[in-house]
Amino acid sequence: MSRALMKDGRPRSTFSIVTMSILALLWTIPTIGLLVTSFRTRDDAASSGWWTALFNPFSANWTTSNYSGAWTGADLGSGFINSIVVAIPATVIPIMFAAFAAYAFTFMEFPFKEFFFLLIIAVMVVPIQVAFQPMLNILGPRGLGISGQYIAVWLLHTGFGMPLCIYTLRNYMSTLPRSIVESAKIDGCSHYQTFWRLVVPMSIPAIAAFATLQFLWVWNDLLIAKLFLNSSNTTVIVKLQQLLGTQGQGAELLTAGAFISMIVPMLVFFALQRFMVRGLTSGAVKG
Amino acid sequence: MATVTFDNATRQYPGNPKPSVDKLNIEIADGEFLVLVGPSGCGKSTSLRMLAGLEEVNGGRILIGDRDVTNLSPKDRDVAMVFQNYALYPHMSVADNMGFALKIAGVDKAEIRKRVEEAAKILDLTPYLDRKPKALSGGQRQRVAMGRAIVRSPQVFLMDEPLSNLDAKLRVQTRTQIASLQRRLGVTTVYVTHDQVEAMTMGDRVAVLKDGILQQCDSPRRMYDHPANVFVAGFIGSPAMNLMDVPVTDGGVDLHGHTVPVAREDLTNAGKHVTLGVRPEDLELSSDTSGIPVTVDVVEELGADAYIYGTAEQKLLEATGENAGDVPFIARVDGRRPPEKGEKIYLKPKPGHVHVFNAESGLRIGD
Repeated sequence: MSRALMKDGRPRSTFSIVTMSILALLWTIPTIGLLVTSFRTRDDAASSGWWTALFNPFSANWTTSNYSGAWTGADLGSGFINSIVVAIPATVIPIMFAAFAAYAFTFMEFPFKEFFFLLIIAVMVVPIQVAFQPMLNILGPRGLGISGQYIAVWLLHTGFGMPLCIYTLRNYMSTLPRSIVESAKIDGCSHYQTFWRLVVPMSIPAIAAFATLQFLWVWNDLLIAKLFLNSSNTTVIVKLQQLLGTQGQGAELLTAGAFISMIVPMLVFFALQRFMVRGLTSGAVKG
Repeated sequence: MATVTFDNATRQYPGNPKPSVDKLNIEIADGEFLVLVGPSGCGKSTSLRMLAGLEEVNGGRILIGDRDVTNLSPKDRDVAMVFQNYALYPHMSVADNMGFALKIAGVDKAEIRKRVEEAAKILDLTPYLDRKPKALSGGQRQRVAMGRAIVRSPQVFLMDEPLSNLDAKLRVQTRTQIASLQRRLGVTTVYVTHDQVEAMTMGDRVAVLKDGILQQCDSPRRMYDHPANVFVAGFIGSPAMNLMDVPVTDGGVDLHGHTVPVAREDLTNAGKHVTLGVRPEDLELSSDTSGIPVTVDVVEELGADAYIYGTAEQKLLEATGENAGDVPFIARVDGRRPPEKGEKIYLKPKPGHVHVFNAESGLRIGD
């Protein structure tokens, strides 16, 4: 078995297979625990560890009431709609602006280019919690008065997501062959045409990868949604958090709710992962 | 179709004390195939990119036809460029790649299709029109890059070392194909290469550059027979010309007792020493011990001919005019009776086949 060859012709290594399996298991243990707990009754979960249910699967009290309880109790249906309304623009807007910026930083010449790029990178150092107070002032009733609306959350996610996105996309775009952009220039493309017809299609792997990440961040975000949305239009994650009472009651519903909320990010991940393979530029230059 | 004129065109990169292209003056006739050649860093690619509009011109002018294009953007110059790495658009099919410029220019679809198919026929690309570049071989990609230029029917073709990514055999084939294609289409072409064989075989005229300065611009034949200076003499021709430092005597120059005749009036201002250049094929074995004594180090047998690489008892020079440490002395001899390795032979130049250069300036003396 260890002599078998992999696709690229190197011999399969038993050591790396074992190591990878152990690591994968270590990483998934908490999630497995959560999954098991979500099917246990409140009393069981309070009195014994989740693994005991796995060792004695027939004596454990399995239940699906946590799922139905979470779904009705937290009004997750409307939470899902809200989350989607928040997450899709909060993914598309920063990536679009960041792609424009990354193109400019990579292929255009303008004064203080390096300085501006450094500035954008430097902003990543500021923790978002620090920015909340001033942002509440600007977006709240004393400022623009849009706090509590979706647009406030879109703006914040755009602002906080863009620096890393610009950084990632610029780094990717600078690996694209420069001669392609020069060739487009000679072929008569404006910057706008070069961007949409050439650079975006060639940057799909990077854009898809970042879109996945940004979507996951926005979907799983608690803080921004909690502070800047009203309870009527808040996201799944905030609704789940509200299930939890001050004394810890409703904890069993939280585990089930977590799995319900995970469905959408999972779908997004599996839908976009095929774009995350590199090699789209192969064939562009030489042999 | 148009002429191209470089009029004192200069490019100096910011922060660089010397210009990369220094007052370049070349006039290229309509339909001519001009090759820019030189060692790396000589400014040949920069000159081409200046003509394409990808590089700023800091001084002088560039004209295409009667139009001053010095400050025009690339798309307004009506030129097409073939890049060294082809720069194909990876996500588009071959047909879309070739028709892209026309699409951007707003030409209607049927017309684009027609012109792409015509170009594909010329280049034998018809079966591949729907493929993506990554499904093509290196040679096919190169032809797509050519096709992209042809489809546009521009005033000038610009080619930046388009053959350097092909293997040796394909390069030789494609070389002739490009040259004959250019003759057929009759489009003015500027071609950049570092390979002097390519330059000699393809160009109507060849321009040799060194350190951003034009050394000579002539037909390949004239370039070979009458190099304007020591650099061109050493650069053009393979194997390279032997360059020697020799003393001036009565009626010519002295080669170990063998007097090579040079017209007296040519030598009046030359000083006591001149640089003598003899091509390997212009040397013959001496029957006696007059001529240059050479100890044979390596014999390269090519069948019909043989080249000997030896150590000469003679001060040899590099093309840069500097003293060369270990440049071998090269001579072509009869392939059926080559000398043995280690043998000492005497070589002298065939009469009338020597090149004499001023030792100081490196410029050619006489005709």
